[in-house]
Amino acid sequence: MDSWRPMASIEMLRTRAQLLADIRGFFRAREVLEVDTPVCSRHGTTDPAIESLSVRYTGPGAPAGAPLYLHTSPEFAMKRLLAADSGPIYQICKVFRDGESGRRHNPEFTLLEWYRPGFDHHQLMDEVEQLILSLLPTAGPISKVTYQALFKQHLQLDPHLATSAELRACALEHDTAGFEHLELPNRDAWLDILMTHCIEPKIGPGLCFVYDYPASQAALARIRPGPPAVAERFELYMDGVEVANGFHELTDAAEQQGRFEQDLRQRAVSAQPLIPLDQHLIAALEHGIPDCSGVALGIDRLLMQITGTTHIESVIAFPLGRA
Amino acid sequence: MATYSTSEFKGGLKLMLDGDPCSIIENEFVKPGKGQAFNRVRIRNLKTGRVIERTFKSGETVEAADVLEVELQYLYSDGEFWHFMHPESFEQISADKSAVGESVKWLKDQDMCTVTLWNGSPIIVEVPNFVTLTITETDPGLKGDTSGGGGKPATLETGAVVRVPLFVQTGELIKVDTRSGEYVSRAKEE
Repeated sequence: MDSWRPMASIEMLRTRAQLLADIRGFFRAREVLEVDTPVCSRHGTTDPAIESLSVRYTGPGAPAGAPLYLHTSPEFAMKRLLAADSGPIYQICKVFRDGESGRRHNPEFTLLEWYRPGFDHHQLMDEVEQLILSLLPTAGPISKVTYQALFKQHLQLDPHLATSAELRACALEHDTAGFEHLELPNRDAWLDILMTHCIEPKIGPGLCFVYDYPASQAALARIRPGPPAVAERFELYMDGVEVANGFHELTDAAEQQGRFEQDLRQRAVSAQPLIPLDQHLIAALEHGIPDCSGVALGIDRLLMQITGTTHIESVIAFPLGRA
Repeated sequence: MATYSTSEFKGGLKLMLDGDPCSIIENEFVKPGKGQAFNRVRIRNLKTGRVIERTFKSGETVEAADVLEVELQYLYSDGEFWHFMHPESFEQISADKSAVGESVKWLKDQDMCTVTLWNGSPIIVEVPNFVTLTITETDPGLKGDTSGGGGKPATLETGAVVRVPLFVQTGELIKVDTRSGEYVSRAKEE
């Protein structure tokens, strides 16, 4: 058996190394500081759609042993740096998500995450575009569309107003992938299936920024009052593949605490692990962080797009099956 | 009742869907970064042969199908059933017309077949990609014509009719591709 061998070719690993060097060059030229935050933390994300991997530390500081969660994104720690007046910062790191493995998923993957004090999500989208074009000048054409306009264009449906029943009916009408038997927990899950199954395949070539998400999908983005209220969140699709997610960041400590608690209630209902919420982040927000936007960009998927490969295993030396 | 979770999905896994045994052809994990995870699956209904798509919420469980593929030797047909035998245990299994399906055209006694069993009963009989059969009837054709252009129909010992080159005659053995139903070559007695 050849299972000791890397899945990515050595040539691919050279392309990867050059990509990382180019990204660092981009941020150095713009005087954005490279930082490094812990992979293992006592706290984790409460987001019900993201599961953390955990390890156990026993020793000085935790003689009886304590669980540590592998970060699913370096967001919380980077916001604590912003609160400590770091100025603009970026990080390239490995992040970990339980349960995610497939053609475009590996449970351990590389994320580029950066924060821009003083930027709203539109300014950050512009910078994402500049970064991508500096790495792949042929990435265009470039379009920007709201989540609402995208749903109206492809499905003739208002994602802010449609009921679960209407979303389900729309899914049944637009796709033949056997949704008849599917039971989904909420409206957002129906929006997700319409997005992944019915809209993403139609987004087409080039860079497409989708922005202003339903308030129920705000995650850590601030919500702009409506009607309809929208989350100041964006996603970048490259040739129809999701590669980045950004927020005009929520900076209100009380609202952040409320969202964490709401996540944990939802986790309790669906019998998911209850992850300790990050009190350090709440304290940092109480201290005050600058108005800012931040974005996380999947390096493996970016490399897939740059090299025209269709399986994430082609761009990682040792993906899950060989790790 | 055995079940599989979506994490166990992969090509070849046998599931029960709508009361029929099915086999996964392709499984794709689909998940927005901040959203619901799905398994989008192309799956073949083993009874009807139809290929359908089905989307599952990741983490769901699905009933497993007790499906097994075995290599069996074809013995004979009594008109209603086709009888097969396990070459080592000598256990005999009979398949009905719906299980044998199109394979009936190529079934010759002693030949080995792949038989798919569901709960112990045959639901699919697959013949090898190539079989060697005797021509029982074909027009003599023109002497000296070796080009084979156009060819002629020939009836085989199993009753199947295939087009053969003009120079091939009654009583000869030929090799046939069972997937396309086409003549491949003359064959020698094995």
